[in-house]
Amino acid sequence: MAVLDMRDVSLTYHPSEGPVPAVRHVDLSVDAGEVVGVAGESGCGKSTLISTVLRLYPKSATVDGEVLVDGENVFDMKWNRMRAVRWGEAAVVFQGALHSLNPIQRIGKQLVEPILVHDKGATEASAMKKVRELLDQVGLPTRHVNAYPHQLSGGQKQRIMIALALTCDPKVLLCDEPTTALDVMVQAQILDLLKGIARDRAMGMLIISHDLSVLSTNCDRIAIMYAGQVVEQGPALDLFQNPAHPYTRALMGAFPTIGDGESRYAPTGLPGDPPFPGDLPSGCSFHPRCAIATDECSTVNVVLEPVGPGRDAACIHVNQGVGAP
Amino acid sequence: MAQQEPGGVSDAALDPTEFGRVQRPSRVSGIGRFTARRLLTGLGTLAFVLVFNFFLFQMLPGDPLARYKGAREISAEDLAALRQELESPLWEQFFNYVKDPLQLDSYSTIQGKPVWEVIADALPWTLILLGTSTLLATVIGIWIGIRAGWNRGSKFDKNSTGITLFLYATPEFWLGLLLILFFSTGFWIFPGIFPSGSAIGSGLDPWTVDGVISIAWHTVLPAASLAAVYLADYSLIMRASMVDELGQDYLMTARAKGLMDRAIRRGHAVPNASLPTITLIFLNIGFIIGGAITVETVFSYPGLGLLTWNAIQADDLPLLQALFLFFSVSVIVFNMIADIVIAAIDPRIRL
Repeated sequence: MAVLDMRDVSLTYHPSEGPVPAVRHVDLSVDAGEVVGVAGESGCGKSTLISTVLRLYPKSATVDGEVLVDGENVFDMKWNRMRAVRWGEAAVVFQGALHSLNPIQRIGKQLVEPILVHDKGATEASAMKKVRELLDQVGLPTRHVNAYPHQLSGGQKQRIMIALALTCDPKVLLCDEPTTALDVMVQAQILDLLKGIARDRAMGMLIISHDLSVLSTNCDRIAIMYAGQVVEQGPALDLFQNPAHPYTRALMGAFPTIGDGESRYAPTGLPGDPPFPGDLPSGCSFHPRCAIATDECSTVNVVLEPVGPGRDAACIHVNQGVGAP
Repeated sequence: MAQQEPGGVSDAALDPTEFGRVQRPSRVSGIGRFTARRLLTGLGTLAFVLVFNFFLFQMLPGDPLARYKGAREISAEDLAALRQELESPLWEQFFNYVKDPLQLDSYSTIQGKPVWEVIADALPWTLILLGTSTLLATVIGIWIGIRAGWNRGSKFDKNSTGITLFLYATPEFWLGLLLILFFSTGFWIFPGIFPSGSAIGSGLDPWTVDGVISIAWHTVLPAASLAAVYLADYSLIMRASMVDELGQDYLMTARAKGLMDRAIRRGHAVPNASLPTITLIFLNIGFIIGGAITVETVFSYPGLGLLTWNAIQADDLPLLQALFLFFSVSVIVFNMIADIVIAAIDPRIRL
């Protein structure tokens, strides 16, 4: 059963310059025990997508569609219920390298806080006991409960963020660029840790990252976002080896294949910049940067359509078999 | 510290020989060490002030004995002895000064009493005025700042920022004059209900109920003028700090944890945002002890400010020297307290 089910989710920001549709008609679901990755360039709406799950977007933003957390639509919730779902049902692993921890509070106090808020039966002592166990699980010495954030390294802080997200045993774990700004060795450790946790606890996990290689080796399924839309999704390995959408293929081209000298010396980038969501091109949003775009692309609205077993892509050429490799 | 990430499991991190010492978060020793260090530098500053105070008064123009001749009865021999002391070599005078830097035996020329006794008489009044106005300014100013900053752009924010900016730009003595005009002398429809011109009704004993009421009544206007200006200062700084914190990532974490808005504000945003305001409050206390000169003069309030004004008017050099020393010490001490309080709240300062 899907612990997180997003159905036709849209979110629009309303700055004074005019509406900015940051997320458009996204369908995405995560089953218990499943790890789903969302990849895309900066500004494609992946962080905004995560913010819809716990309604962490600014008050002025408008949303549409449904986000079901364990079968319950968060957009219909009263604030009391919403606060209970926050961290109790779904928790976020924020970027530890940023100032996601309060700089003047001890780690222990910050980890105990959500337990005391959500579990009315918990005492200071029982909560602290649980926090120590969690620190141990994420591979940190328990004495770090007395540390302040500035005394820890980036990797240690990221482990703290993971422990923090686990304090209330959520069913869904939302990971917001959990390995960005960490060095490669630490990245691998953190991802192993996250994968292990999702498996052991049978949680649903959604990882967003701009690093496709990170996602491909750690996720069951991957969704590629462009300009607020999911343009392709499918099983991780299949999608990685066999990208269907021209945008996905361009993303892959940006990573040289290890061992293949030719690709190393000729990384193919993607010309141009992603469109500003407040001023999207007509038709397929990707057509101005697309290598195989035709006149039709600037007029026809594209939607996700099946292109293989468990695979969807939003491109008229792929669907007609033209762009398929 | 901790440049190395312990390997996938925690064996390396648990090994006390490798990581224990550097990584172990210090509990009390951090703040204790910081306090000791801060006290030492404070003493250093104090020593400098003492020396500086000596040379400052050496540089003043005029004849320090001129006042004795006209105003007081003093024998020709005494005057000659004083004159001789004044004309002795500088190093000898400095040596005498250093032996007794507090100048415990020096007398005020206007009041004919030991200077420290004169200061001790005026100090309680300044403390009453300072205490009342600081309490008002701190509580009201911080409250306004928190509320305005947390609800940035709200009606409350716009109104309070407008008013506090106006007050911030207002000289406190000018505000004092207006308050006297409206609420002491009485003017048009305003009743002259609050007394000014002293700190207590004449002939009243401060240790009686009537005396205390009279003191409170006399404190209202001068305390209001000081408080109005300083609360504007505190609320503007507090508001700016709150606005700075609003966008911080750790507040998003707090929100995602499912905390109530109030808990996020009180438990996370305010403690972080209060650091600059706390520093400012303590620095200001140090300055206001000597800096309430204009307000005390306008209200003829017999505190240290008025005393300083009178000492300047009358060339009372021994009293001025003692006052300067006292003011310097109060600035140094409150600076030190500010640093220590901030270090107690913010662990990053203790490094």
